[in-house]
Amino acid sequence: MYPASFEYHKAESVDQALAALAENPDLKVIAGGHSLLPAMKLRLAQPPALLDIWGIQEMKGITRDGDHWVVGAMTTHADVLRSDLPLFPEVAGWVGDPMVRNRGTIGGSLAHADPSADYPAAALALGVEFVIRGPGGERTVHADDMFQGMFESAVQPGELLTHIRIPATTQASAYEKFRHPASHYAVVGVAVVRHADSSVRAAYTGAAEKAHRLNKLEDAVNGSQAVPTGLVDAGDLLGDRFASAEYRAHLVDVLAARAIERLG
Amino acid sequence: MSETRTDKYFGQALKRKEDPRFITGTGNYTDDMVLHGMVHAAMVRSPYAHAKITGINTDSVKDMPGVIRVLTGQDVQDAGLGSIPVGWLLPDLKTPAHPAIALTEANHVGDIVAVVIAETRAQAEDAAAALEVDYDALPAVATTHAALADGAPLVHDDVPGNVAFHWEIGDEAATTEAFKGAARKVHVKLRNHRLVANPIEPRASLAQFTPAGGDYLLYTTSQNPHIHRLILAAFVMSIPEHKLRVISPDVGGGFGTKIFQYQEEVIVLLASRLIGRPVKWTARRSEAFVSDAQGRDHDTEAELAVSEDGKILGFRVNTHANLGAYQTLFAPAVPTYLYGTLLNGVYKIPAIHAKVTGVMTNTVPVDAYRGAGRPEATYLIERIVDMAAHELNMDPAELRRQNFIQPDEFPYQTPVALVYDSGDYEPALDQAMQMMNYAALRDEQARMKGGKKILGVGLISFLEACGLAPSALVGQLGAQAGQWESSLVRVHPTGKVELYTGSHSHGQGHETAFPQIAADELQIPIEDIELIHGDTGRMPYGWGTYGSRSAAVGGSALKLALQKITAKMKKIAAHLLEASEDDIEHEGGVFRIKGAPDKSKTFFDIALMAHLAHNYPADLEPGLEATAFYDPKNFVYPFGTHIAVVEIDTDTGHVKLRGYGSVDDCGPLINPLIAEGQVHGGVAQGMGQALLEEAAYDEDGNLLAGTYMEYAMPRADDVPFIQHGHTVTPSPHNPLGVKGIGEAGTIASTAAVANAVMDALWHEAGIAHLDMPYTAEKVWRALKDARGSQPQAAAD
Repeated sequence: MYPASFEYHKAESVDQALAALAENPDLKVIAGGHSLLPAMKLRLAQPPALLDIWGIQEMKGITRDGDHWVVGAMTTHADVLRSDLPLFPEVAGWVGDPMVRNRGTIGGSLAHADPSADYPAAALALGVEFVIRGPGGERTVHADDMFQGMFESAVQPGELLTHIRIPATTQASAYEKFRHPASHYAVVGVAVVRHADSSVRAAYTGAAEKAHRLNKLEDAVNGSQAVPTGLVDAGDLLGDRFASAEYRAHLVDVLAARAIERLG
Repeated sequence: MSETRTDKYFGQALKRKEDPRFITGTGNYTDDMVLHGMVHAAMVRSPYAHAKITGINTDSVKDMPGVIRVLTGQDVQDAGLGSIPVGWLLPDLKTPAHPAIALTEANHVGDIVAVVIAETRAQAEDAAAALEVDYDALPAVATTHAALADGAPLVHDDVPGNVAFHWEIGDEAATTEAFKGAARKVHVKLRNHRLVANPIEPRASLAQFTPAGGDYLLYTTSQNPHIHRLILAAFVMSIPEHKLRVISPDVGGGFGTKIFQYQEEVIVLLASRLIGRPVKWTARRSEAFVSDAQGRDHDTEAELAVSEDGKILGFRVNTHANLGAYQTLFAPAVPTYLYGTLLNGVYKIPAIHAKVTGVMTNTVPVDAYRGAGRPEATYLIERIVDMAAHELNMDPAELRRQNFIQPDEFPYQTPVALVYDSGDYEPALDQAMQMMNYAALRDEQARMKGGKKILGVGLISFLEACGLAPSALVGQLGAQAGQWESSLVRVHPTGKVELYTGSHSHGQGHETAFPQIAADELQIPIEDIELIHGDTGRMPYGWGTYGSRSAAVGGSALKLALQKITAKMKKIAAHLLEASEDDIEHEGGVFRIKGAPDKSKTFFDIALMAHLAHNYPADLEPGLEATAFYDPKNFVYPFGTHIAVVEIDTDTGHVKLRGYGSVDDCGPLINPLIAEGQVHGGVAQGMGQALLEEAAYDEDGNLLAGTYMEYAMPRADDVPFIQHGHTVTPSPHNPLGVKGIGEAGTIASTAAVANAVMDALWHEAGIAHLDMPYTAEKVWRALKDARGSQPQAAAD
């Protein structure tokens, strides 16, 4: 439970944080700390210096901007849970426990791109846009391009995910999760959203190296067909002692059917 | 005995006196202790399950900040410290040496190979992480199967074949005979998998050596400080016992794993002596996973002989018990005398024969874990009895009922050594079935068959033996300890009372329950009484708390000491009231002359006079304190029936424990609230084994679930509301009539929940047995395979 020693820096603004990152490439950004600190305590991660962005006020809070919601990256899971956002409140309820939700942040989780995290499936199904700032200014990344691999998001060294933009026009949504009995992370999580134009987007998390869209499911539902099985190929999935790839593929089918049923 | 006696403390559901300090964070645990000049130890643990230690470069850390000293196995040897001993010997037991720090060979992942002492905890941890240790990895064995295979690598060269002992009990010839005539032979091969105990407080030790007098002080997380003192002083350090004081302050859960003498306790004592400063060590959670003694780990093949009408005729058992890399204190006793002797359960079984092989492996040592042997026995017999009921197409409750030992058959000599002194099993069965609406559950199960959700009902009737006794018997069986208990009662001049017990509370509520016993006997308010425990410097000798022994043995010792106090007070009262001692009665909180109730003395009057001794019997010692030692005549035998109800999601295989009911008989309840709490915690722990927990190792001896990311502990939402009932059959041989309740929930619930899952799978798909834990994929796959092949139609 004792991490290796490290330097601690704290940023009060996005500009200050970006300047610090430009100056010291060894800085590791820490938000709520619920992924990084456990790894540091087990000495699986030994960053020489941390940059704490949890207190940056301009990155906190949920506001409405026309037909989008704008959510600061440092908004806690607890605040997401209590909000009027589409789908995300339900998903936030699956994250950790009250202590984790009071400290962990939506941006921290999404930028970390944990393959078992809940939010990425919701972000893909909602078609969230990610607002990222770096030395070269601000850019926007669509959810389909955000999750690039295991613990690998579109946020590059020296950049910060500052906000996410969520379409506020969705008609219905559901998240179905089968959680690991120990970690409570997703063994499989399936998110489905019916958008303003009545089209359905769907995605799964937990089963592969990153969250993916469920194209087969979307095609079937948007083509007014029954929910098929065999939505994903077990060969593309991860397996471990608790759940093999074959079982996870099966769970995707089961949870997708349940989520679609809930859409009504 | 079960009615509420509002004029008595015994039997009242008082809230626990100790809880305010625990729930406000003001408990005093070992890690809270700070001594002047204290420094910190960090353990360097082997990353290999089996390896030669070829070099330790202590120079690699000596210049790191704060580092004071590095200790290795050589320091332990140079100090002349003895091996950590085994406390229970079996015939021809092969016991490998267990040094405080490995000298030449590490034998499990987590075995201590060096220790860094530094000014701060962080400095010690940094240096321990940086210390250069060279290893030559050796082949390892992790399972009994691998360890017993031909040509298997030896864990210890002096334990041939990795076999520590062969042990057997019962009558082999009679059992063979019983099987010959049997209509049915129910066979099972099962694995009772390994568990990590996971008390909420990790182990910790703080030692201080005072050179002037040669005195040692040890704060440690112990369930039995006197045992620690005895072993450390007499066997490991070769110092007089009075030169070592062991204090076990508030302890945050033990579950057996804090009984044992551990390497770290020796290390901090040695380190303190060598560097002349107090030395503290507190386990990280990840250290606890690889150093706290673990539980269970049996591979068993068993067969039950039954007649066509469900009469049990014989039972034979062959168990391989994985002992791990070393034998800790009670390790040889757990799979033998605490397991083989319990295989009779609550049934009339004419013939039983059991063989147990103790096997060394390159894994964390295995020893007593809540229930210690009895959960393994209960799981085995209750599982195979359920299988018999399924095969015979009988209701499992009725098969049990017709095999129960009857109330008029006690004392009952089992074929496996124990003499059950009392019991009445049918009322507990009836009460449990009524409480849980058993018949309605069976109807519901039938309705749900073939659906997306299926129902399973697991019913078990169990018995356990606790309060190991008498000392002479356990000595014959190999215990290197007595199993009596002591109590000291000290009455102050003001009439306030201190109780001292050799038992130890680490969650059991002694500080409330023991004063409840005393307040009744002394007829004074409970607020005037305090219990003190956990300090060899203050208490009379005692053997501590494990095996659900505190109330039956420690409580009985207290009762005897209290009786000595009241007897003496009667003498003093007789003197003060100028009456004969025979004419004094202790009633209504006063000592008075029978027939002249206005002539009386209060408890305070007599306590004061015992100390002033101004007006006092000439032939009576002044003062008012008494010590009693109580050695029970027999074990106590709590029993009961538990029913678990599970719902299985057939799409995912997820098992949900939907309901749970327990009817326990632990004799008269001192405090029903504490007893019920013990059952609740025990049930949660037992269902954890059935559904969630598993300390699995890979074939190289690496623990695969070494953090809470992988090791699934039961949480609040995994455990349903637990319905609870009691029957009361007092123990005939101890002065309180009480039996034990600390382990009953765990002993019963693993078997009950396992039977519930298998009941669902049997009724749905004819699946006879699967091993625990019933994780979702395992259940889903079994259902899928059974439905896919449809080989066996369900019996109904």
